[in-house]
Formats: sequence, structure tokens, C-alpha cells
Amino acid sequence: MSAKQLGLVGCHECRLLSRQRRPESGQEAYCPRCGATLHLRKPNSIKRTWALLIAAFIFYIPANVLPITITTSLGSTQSDTIMSGVIYFLLHGSPEIALVIFTASIFIPICKLVVMAYLLVSVQLKSSWRPHDRTQLYRIVEGIGRWSMVDIYVVTILVALVKLGVFADIEAGPAALYFASVVVISMFAAQSFDPRLIWDAMEENHE
Amino acid sequence: MNLIACHECDLVNRIPPLPRRAAARCVRCGGLLLRSKPDSVDRTIALTLAGIVLFLVACSFPFLSMENAGIVQETALFTGIYNLYKQKMVPLATLVLITCVLVPLFQMLCLLYIMIPLKRNRPARHTAPVFRVYLHMQPWGLMEVYLIGILVALVKLGKMATIVPGLSVIAFGLLVFVLAGAYSSLDPHLVWERLEKKP
Repeated sequence: MSAKQLGLVGCHECRLLSRQRRPESGQEAYCPRCGATLHLRKPNSIKRTWALLIAAFIFYIPANVLPITITTSLGSTQSDTIMSGVIYFLLHGSPEIALVIFTASIFIPICKLVVMAYLLVSVQLKSSWRPHDRTQLYRIVEGIGRWSMVDIYVVTILVALVKLGVFADIEAGPAALYFASVVVISMFAAQSFDPRLIWDAMEENHE
Repeated sequence: MNLIACHECDLVNRIPPLPRRAAARCVRCGGLLLRSKPDSVDRTIALTLAGIVLFLVACSFPFLSMENAGIVQETALFTGIYNLYKQKMVPLATLVLITCVLVPLFQMLCLLYIMIPLKRNRPARHTAPVFRVYLHMQPWGLMEVYLIGILVALVKLGKMATIVPGLSVIAFGLLVFVLAGAYSSLDPHLVWERLEKKP
């Protein structure tokens, strides 16, 4: 039996189970142990996650089209997008680095957006198809999102090391900002999704 | 017997007292419910103190130096952040500062504030809100990702110049592992239970 069916609510923060207040009381309930606001499910989970996903998807486009670094060397200027950086590494004998950047900056973000959208649709259709695997999918997507940030840190280090005067100057391009937004927004999206919604549909179908 | 609702599928699980180094998983979805951690308080304090020392080293010594045609350029941990700031990339500089410097530092301070009084069996004031802040910050500490970023940048620049890693980079690398150790030896359930006994 789920806590919801038993009339109990588990605290999001400290996991203490307490009795659910009747909905008509209207006021917010607080966890008696840690003081967090109690919610049966994360509030407005589906709407909030959709909004964040769409925002992340919109930012994903300029993040890939605009330059992420602008290199000035001996008077000539070169702009690099995320993809052209990957191709550079591939052609200059570092396929492993090309793979790291491609996975972290292109593959993971788009995978994350697609998987989150799929999970949302499946919950909205009250699907009862393989809840175990869908929960696992959510865990993976929530766990790997942070690694997308690696390109932002590479830019930070390049900007620190390569300064005017030595032989080249590297500046962060506008895509860096969009890309960082994609990562941060999709991390918030994963946090606002409530995997318990996957299992709620199962219980409703059983009844 | 302990009743815990799974935070991933909401199933109420009955959990017997766990033996040393055992984990309890939800019978329905397999989500991790509880893990028993031996000497949790002592280990967390020890690793966090080590982390503070490493953090101070990482902040005060050279980070990476680049040698090219006889010119040596030294950078510190904050150089990249400062340069981004100068390039009018203020949000980006702030993001890097928060995720790689402020969150780890603040998390370590929170842990010390909570765990040292807990060891003496006198939970500090406001332990509950401080611990909740700590848990909320957890996804935003991205030092290990920064470490991978350093490796990628080294390969990228390695062909143009010689890169010399400084003491700060080594401390930073160790800090990533020490913080991971502190986090995995921390037993949130234990903290909350202690609080329940002494309101």
C-alpha cells in the first residue's frame, strides 16, 4: 500500500511519515520533525516540469548555433561552436576528448529533454507500462544531468589560461550562457518531476 | 521496526533494524530507503575537516601555469571566474563561483555546524533548517565535473604549450574525493532521529 492510500504523507526532506490533514483545512502542513512543508506529491509537478523542459529546449538551439568560444590569434578571429569543438578534437587526434564533449554537451542534454518529455506524457496518459523501468530511467536522467556542465568549466579554464599577449586570447561566446541555462534549467526540471506519479497510475488502474 | 514511504514510488515499507553496512531498498521499485553507515558522525567530521584544509590550500596556491616560448603564466582557482566577469559574462562567472566554490564551502561549514554538536549529543540550534539547506544544495556542488573540465582543457592546450599543474589543482582533486567520502559517510536518517529524541 502506498502512503497516499493509507492517508499518510512522507516528508520530502526527512522522510518522516505523518498523518495527512484533510484537504479542506486549506492551510499548509509542516513536518513535525524537520519543519519542511508537507506535500502529498511535489506541487504542480507536471506543469512545472513541462514549463522548464520547454524553456530548456528553446535555449538548446542558440546554445548549439552560436559560438561558445571566440579565439583571437595574431589578428585573426575564430569562432567555435560546441560541435566545431568536437570536430576539432576528432581531427586532431584526440577522439576520446571528442567523445567526452559530444556526450556531455550534445547527447546528454537532448537525451534528458526527450526522456523527461516521454515520462511526462506517460504519466499524463496514466500509462501502466513497465513502471519499474520508467523509474530507473528517471533515476539515470536525474543523475547524469550535472555532467553536462563540463563544457562550461572547460571554457572557464581556457579563459583563465589563454590571455592576451602570449599568443592568443580566448573569450567566452554567447552560447556559453545559453548552454549553462540549458543545463541549470533541465536540472530544475528533473528535480520538479515526481516519480511517484508513475506509480499512482498503477494503483488507480488496479482499483 | 521502522515505517518509511519510498520517495520514488510512495510504497510504505517496513524496515527492521539494519546490520552494519547493509542497505534497505523499496520492495516495489528498488529505490534506496536506508543505508546503515558505521561511525557516521566521526567519519563525517574527520573528512569535512580534511576538506576545509584542502579547500584553503586550493584557494591560496597556484592552480595551473602555462609555459610557452619562455613566458610562464600562472593562474589561481579564481582567475577564470574573474576573467569571465571582466568579459561581461557575469551570470556565467557567478554560476561557476557558486557551483565550484561557494556550495562546497558552505556545505562543509553546515556539516561541521551540525555534526560536532551532534557528537557531543547536544544538537545545535536550528539543526533542522541548516540540514535541510545542506540537502538542497547537494545537487549544485559540481566540483567533480570541474575536475573533468580541467582534464579536457589540459588536452586541448597541451599541444600549444606546456601546462604545469600547481599545488592548488592537486588539493582540488583530493578535495573532490574527500567531499565524496564525507557525503557517503553521512547518514541523514541518523541526524533526523537524534533531533527527534532531543527536540
